[in-house]
Amino acid sequence: MKVETLVVPAATAPARRRWGLPLALLLIAVLPLLLPQFQVTLFNYIGLSSLVCMGLVLLTGIGGLTSFGQAAFVGIAAYLSAWLGTAYGVSPWLTLPLALIVTALTAWSGSLLTLRLSGHYLPLGTLAWGISVYYLFGNLEFLGGHGGLSGIPSLELFGFELREPSSWFWLIWSIVLLSVLAIRHLLDSRPGRAIRALKGGVVMAESCGVDTRHYKTAIFILAALLAALSGWLYAHMQRFVNPTPFGIHAGIEYLFMIVVGGAGYVWGALLGAALITLLKTQLQDWLPLLFGQSGNFEGIVFGVLIIVVLLCARDGLWPALCRWWPWRRAAGITVVPPAEPLPLQPKPARGEPLLDVAAARKEFGGLVAVRDMDFRIAAGEIVGLLGPNGAGKSTMFNLISGVLDATSGEIRFRGERIDQLPSREILARGIGRTFQHVRLIPEMSVLENVAIGAHSRLQVGIGAAMLRLDREAEARLRHEAARQIERVGLAEDMHRPAGSLSLGQQRIVEIARALATDPLLLLLDEPAAGLRHLEKQALAEVLDRLRGEGMSVLIVEHDMDFVMNLVDRLVVMEFGQKLAEGLPLEIQNNPAVLEAYLGGVE
Amino acid sequence: MTFDIAILLTQDGLTNGALYALLALALVLVFAVTRVIFIPQGDFVVLGALTLASLQAGHLPPTLYLLLALGGAVGLIDAVACLRSGRAHAVGRVLLIELGYPLALWALCHWLLPLSQSLWLHALLTLAIVVPLGPSLYRLVFQPLAQSSVLVLLIAAIAVHFALVGLNLLGFGPEGVRTAAFSDAVFEIGSMFIASQNLWIVLVSAVLIVALYLFFERALYGKALLATAFNRTGARLVGISPDLAGRLSFAVAALVGTVAGILMGPITTLYYDSGFLIGLKGFVGAIVGGLASYPLAAGGALLVGLLESGSAFYASAFKEVIVFTLIIPVLLWRSLKSHDRGSEE
Repeated sequence: MKVETLVVPAATAPARRRWGLPLALLLIAVLPLLLPQFQVTLFNYIGLSSLVCMGLVLLTGIGGLTSFGQAAFVGIAAYLSAWLGTAYGVSPWLTLPLALIVTALTAWSGSLLTLRLSGHYLPLGTLAWGISVYYLFGNLEFLGGHGGLSGIPSLELFGFELREPSSWFWLIWSIVLLSVLAIRHLLDSRPGRAIRALKGGVVMAESCGVDTRHYKTAIFILAALLAALSGWLYAHMQRFVNPTPFGIHAGIEYLFMIVVGGAGYVWGALLGAALITLLKTQLQDWLPLLFGQSGNFEGIVFGVLIIVVLLCARDGLWPALCRWWPWRRAAGITVVPPAEPLPLQPKPARGEPLLDVAAARKEFGGLVAVRDMDFRIAAGEIVGLLGPNGAGKSTMFNLISGVLDATSGEIRFRGERIDQLPSREILARGIGRTFQHVRLIPEMSVLENVAIGAHSRLQVGIGAAMLRLDREAEARLRHEAARQIERVGLAEDMHRPAGSLSLGQQRIVEIARALATDPLLLLLDEPAAGLRHLEKQALAEVLDRLRGEGMSVLIVEHDMDFVMNLVDRLVVMEFGQKLAEGLPLEIQNNPAVLEAYLGGVE
Repeated sequence: MTFDIAILLTQDGLTNGALYALLALALVLVFAVTRVIFIPQGDFVVLGALTLASLQAGHLPPTLYLLLALGGAVGLIDAVACLRSGRAHAVGRVLLIELGYPLALWALCHWLLPLSQSLWLHALLTLAIVVPLGPSLYRLVFQPLAQSSVLVLLIAAIAVHFALVGLNLLGFGPEGVRTAAFSDAVFEIGSMFIASQNLWIVLVSAVLIVALYLFFERALYGKALLATAFNRTGARLVGISPDLAGRLSFAVAALVGTVAGILMGPITTLYYDSGFLIGLKGFVGAIVGGLASYPLAAGGALLVGLLESGSAFYASAFKEVIVFTLIIPVLLWRSLKSHDRGSEE
């Protein structure tokens, strides 16, 4: 095993970080002393919105779960702290943990319900929840109804009461800065990659061993906690709460902020919050003058602005801004340093029975897609599952990989039944897979994509990742990913975004990702489909190398020429049934196979 | 609760439910054809009612300016598209249609308003002004985004809603409006009193639903819409333009919204921003039908109407809380039904 340092040119410059943090600290320290009071106050509001938006970026932009209900979480924390403070005189420093706990519990119980909602039902559910909570605030007597609660105690910090906007500025922006750091740390870690993998689809993430349910719940709660923090600060800074800033329009506004700023970027949250907040105050001054009457006309501008952003800069303004930034793109060298290798599963001896498919059957209603298939794979063997389009190969593949449950029959892996197990459990037993339609996260680098594969081989919690306590584990994961990328011959492209690679290379990245799961058996779903001749050659070379290393592989393919020279044995399917099985040469001359493939030789 | 009150609440619930059902059908249609979750559906209700009210007050409705502005924008975009594709001769025709229609309508309103106070005339003018806004919005906002995800389209729909609410406020002011009733007659059946406006609402809703049914079953354009809803790519392959289908479905949605507004105007005070909640209630109905089944959507909408009038009686302050909390178990049921380990969007 090679454990030397891998040195590869990269597109990102690591030097940038060194002065970023001191500069941010300096700005936070100095700005409130330089700016007039009302602008400091404005910045405070931007900071409060930024907190909510960062959670939303994590939840919606990165995790792919759209929520219109974040304002409700802001409101729950604000109202809880306000009510306890005014009615019972509880100190804000006691209500803070309480507000966080209550919000986390609300988000958790909400997530039990809403995270089961698929696709567009989730945003609609959060919309309804946002409306309900708003009316609840407005109609509960003890929360002051629509009039709200006033006389909320201010904050005291080290004996000083926070009264001036500038002292609030220091507190709010320190919290914003810490949150930015924590989220950026999180995204650049094992749990962060799992969260980013959610967008690639549940099937992909689960096949890499990611517990998607767990991470969806986690980002839902994290986003709610950031919102709650913002709400708690708001209540004590404003010293007055009413239902309006927690209504559904506020919830939609937060979403607008990240759409404008850039939903997939932490900095996009800050940019969006700043732009929309500044725009709103300007518009509230100017539009009534322009139209000669008072009212909330900024909706017109916001609506049009959002539509223009969606039409012209779909990913928001932050990535557009980055393209203009000249010194971000300086070429640097990113090193993947050597690290202790990840634990390996004990490998079976060559020839030991691995996979045993016995009378497997899958019915969709009246259609029998797979009809009582039988075949076996031994360790170290490369088996091709061949058949014309529609023969049931992909269904058979999905039965083995756990995407579908078999109707009847048995599938055993090393003697253990796996036909009713979900794909994450099947991965855990040592079956890695690729996808016919490539499922990589295009904006993540090749290295990060492959590192998703190693997800289940080490444990790193979300908290540890945020606090940067995971660097040793992270180095091991990255090194493993780099090792697998080298193994398939893509070391040159390790730091490029996966989406910039050709289809053939992306297929190979998927193989590297599957290898990073430390599989005993590799399932390849039509790896050659849609590839050009040279790409097929490159793929064949990779597979040949794996064969040399003794990897057991099942290739599902309909391209007979491609598999002929690669496999030890072929299983041919037609109409869901096994048509033939044997050595490549036997299959090539099997009249039934020729009939199926060529429609009979006249 | 006495029998009388029960009857009253049921009547109220069914009347509103019929309107929500209309909206629910339009929402299902728009979603099926374009994948847009059409949040501004309720804004069309308000546009309809407020336009009618300003006609009844003898004013030129500000909606005309909106029509002119959107027509101008569509005309500009289409004209540029014509020039780019080398069809310069079509520019005149495009501009004539997009700008000529609102201007002609303007002249018509000017001429007819002082002459007649007929409700029917006003209603027809309202339809003529408001309905074309639907296809124009589709052309401007949703057609360029047609390939985007459902979520991008949803955000765009909400953006349109924000803009429309602001424009309503600008054009009509913050005061609530009630239009004149179609007739003030009240029927008495046994101990029941039935306001004729309620009958009108149920009747017109039923007629419109039947008309839509016939449109989809009999008319070629209706069938084209259904085909697009069923399979976008397939419809395109047999020569149905997805742009046309999109515009047509938005026209139907605008028509349904405007009619609902005209019907609702006399029984509910509508404000510039009332549309959101009205549309969302239609939505709850549509979601009961999984944004796919028309009969289930209509049934769900009736249920929402009844639930709303019931909760208005028992816990009026929590009316909205109850109606919108209902959506969550319904959503859950829908997504459990559609859930499969292998299926993904």
